[in-house]
Amino acid sequence: MITFIIQRILQSVLVMLTVALIAFGLFRYVGDPINNMVGQDTSTEERAELRERLGLNDAFLVQFGRFAINAAQGEFGFSYQHRRPVSDLIVERLPATLELSLVSAILALFIGIPMGVYTAIRRNGAVSHAFMTLSLIGISLPTFLIGILLILFFGVILRWLPTFGRGDVVEIGGWTTGFLTASGLKSLIMPAITLALFQMTLIMRLVRAEMLEVLRTDFVKFGRARGLPDRYVHFVTALKNTLVPVITITGLQLGSIIAFAIITESVFQWPGMGLLFIQAIGEVDIPVMAAYLVLIAFFFVVINLVVDVLYYVVDPRLRVDRADSGGH
Amino acid sequence: MSLLDIKEMRVEFPSRRGHVVAVESLTLNVEPGEILGVVGESGAGKSTIGNAVIGLLEPPGQMTAGEVYLDGTRIDNLDDAAKRRIRGARIGMIFQDPLTSLDPLQTIERQLVDTIQMHLDLDQAQARARAVELLDAVGIPDPNIRIEQYPHQFSGGMRQRVVIALALCADPEMIIADEPTTALDVSVQAQILDLMKGLCRDRNVGMILITHDMGVIAETADRVAVMYRGRVVETGKTEQIMGTPVHDYTKSLISAVPRPEKRLHRFPLVTYIEDATELGDTLDLATHWLGQTRDYEGEDGDLLQADNLHMRFVTRHSFFAKHRLYLDAVDDVSFSIKTGEVFGLVGESGSGKSTVARMITGIYTPTGGTIRFAGADLTALKSRKEAAPWRRQMQMIFQDPFSSLNGRMRVRDIIAEPIHFHKMASSKDEAEQIVHDLLDVVGLGAQAAQKFPHEFSGGQRQRISIARALATRPRFLICDEPTSALDVSIQAQVLNLLKDLQQELGLTMLFISHDLPVIRQICDRVGVMRHGKLLEVAETENLFEDPQHDYTKHLLDLMPKFVGFQELTA
Repeated sequence: MITFIIQRILQSVLVMLTVALIAFGLFRYVGDPINNMVGQDTSTEERAELRERLGLNDAFLVQFGRFAINAAQGEFGFSYQHRRPVSDLIVERLPATLELSLVSAILALFIGIPMGVYTAIRRNGAVSHAFMTLSLIGISLPTFLIGILLILFFGVILRWLPTFGRGDVVEIGGWTTGFLTASGLKSLIMPAITLALFQMTLIMRLVRAEMLEVLRTDFVKFGRARGLPDRYVHFVTALKNTLVPVITITGLQLGSIIAFAIITESVFQWPGMGLLFIQAIGEVDIPVMAAYLVLIAFFFVVINLVVDVLYYVVDPRLRVDRADSGGH
Repeated sequence: MSLLDIKEMRVEFPSRRGHVVAVESLTLNVEPGEILGVVGESGAGKSTIGNAVIGLLEPPGQMTAGEVYLDGTRIDNLDDAAKRRIRGARIGMIFQDPLTSLDPLQTIERQLVDTIQMHLDLDQAQARARAVELLDAVGIPDPNIRIEQYPHQFSGGMRQRVVIALALCADPEMIIADEPTTALDVSVQAQILDLMKGLCRDRNVGMILITHDMGVIAETADRVAVMYRGRVVETGKTEQIMGTPVHDYTKSLISAVPRPEKRLHRFPLVTYIEDATELGDTLDLATHWLGQTRDYEGEDGDLLQADNLHMRFVTRHSFFAKHRLYLDAVDDVSFSIKTGEVFGLVGESGSGKSTVARMITGIYTPTGGTIRFAGADLTALKSRKEAAPWRRQMQMIFQDPFSSLNGRMRVRDIIAEPIHFHKMASSKDEAEQIVHDLLDVVGLGAQAAQKFPHEFSGGQRQRISIARALATRPRFLICDEPTSALDVSIQAQVLNLLKDLQQELGLTMLFISHDLPVIRQICDRVGVMRHGKLLEVAETENLFEDPQHDYTKHLLDLMPKFVGFQELTA
């Protein structure tokens, strides 16, 4: 298992280097960095000097190495637009995005899985049909539309919930949280639901399909034949056996929740990284874009690593070496 | 009153095209300590009985008539909760495939203890103690250690023992075993059958043993019920059914079972069973396309010669050579097959017999040794192109007729594919004609060409596989367990077909099987394999009459003895 984890970490490093290469290419070759940094009235000599000082005349590999090492330490240079270090901007915005993603993921899992189990067990029930129909809507409606409809209904007509922003936040050791204030929590509800809806329906449909598959297996039948009650068969035997594919998809989806929070953040003006990124695109703020790219890739890689380790926790067949299995 | 009484049971499966009656006016009874064998072919409704008794029919199936009594109490009309309390507690079930019957993600202990606590009022420690006791009773060594393991850490036979232990958790009075040994090797099968016989005797448990295997019935059951199309056609003492069957179907069924104790010219034709078509006599194979261009050089002597074959698989990969683990699937195997001969390879699962076949056909590249085919060294061939003419001359028939045909292709295209690939027909029309003739030869008729594989039964699909294999006019045919997925009556037909084709076309065959009676009927010489090694090669009759190697003797001893009923086959 340790060999496996080391292998995976090495692969992850490779993935990160590739993404860093793309980000570096973006930084170095999309437009001239010097032009982006200095004003119209800078002379050619000054530009050349700056170019030399920033190391832009060095060999490609040297430049890329410098970029990668800095990136590994969280240094992405200065934002053109904000005139501040990109790392500061990220640290400022990260908590907002992570809190929103976390709440969305929890919503998606804790509502999606039970709904999936329920629709699998009562396959032909009226409630199951209702869930399935609703989930179709959840999958087909675009996120921004759901967000706008929620704002219209709960924000504008009923005036129950704030329509934009994070509300009041509390700062704890550099981390700003909206969990501790009433307005923070209220602000979180609509964006979290908007972001969770698609994942929720996806997880529900996945769990349902897997459950139906597992309920047909011999060991479920054998469990019933030895008089185990339905509750046990469904939730102890069957649910655990559906988990491996669910973990895979959930892992990938968690990554995309963070990455695709962009749309939700724009709709609700949520001060997270997605919003930062959208603004950066508008202003051609390349260091911010490069940093965002690397950071999202990093999240994906870490989540996938965790998913791989979780396989081992769930499935004992992976834990022993294949050579030992089937012994007497 | 008996332990279990089934009276006039009728089970129906409603479907769009009317109700399918799976079981009709079935009446059976089982006494305590008795083993009742229920025998029949696939689709006869055997398994439905077991599921109906414990109230676990797959929806939409339902019992529409009849009564079931357990120890005098009617149980078929109980509500779901009451039925559940009977399942496991009073009636235990054992299923066919031990590899899929256990929850792969929970330890044996968890599964046993949870089942025990469901039925008996025991605390955790007492339940565990009982679980260990049960594992010990079903013959699992070191039960205290093994109980903490997961199912995948047990071999097939050991898993079936665990399944039996699970069925015994609450001391049921009655056990329904549905094909409990079908998925097991013959030596393991003998052990499991012994175990079940012992349990019935010692615990005075009544058992319904559902199987398609006459040998298992003959060895184990006290009484037998023969099922055909949902009805019991005959019941009686095992010796009576085996020795002097009354019903025609029983006679057909018994005569179709390959005889372990003597070699017959061909299998008796089973007339009672439908689609029993024999080889079409319409074609004179010797003058037909199929029989032509068979003037290969060097007709006499060895067609295939394997020398010191070796196949090693890496079972654990590691960067460091000393951490790697290997499995020698085939270890120093040498044999030769004469032209026109049927050579058998017999052995239990994992003995390496299929690996040998795969090396000959080129699916695996041997890690050592040479294969010479018609004088050419196949292991020295460099490219696929170079190998193609040799590959054309050898074809393979696989075990599972359901997965070895492409379900999205018409039968015509399936059979024509190798003809086109090897450019053996000059025109499309000629290829078409060849396909039709081939389908005639294997007894399906030309109209089968337009259909898709799913429209055929297992036996018919195996005929399609044979037609496809013949399409390249091979001289060497490799059959890897060609009939082990088929019912006995179908098996008899397919084996007859293979035998006829082999004789008429002068084919050389490598016939791989774990089934000794089948080997005896079809092979001229036999090699016995175990753990990748070839232990003994002998003429078939010599091997069965006078085995040399201890393992061969052991295998022959374990073969279910199926004697009686001599009149029909003599």
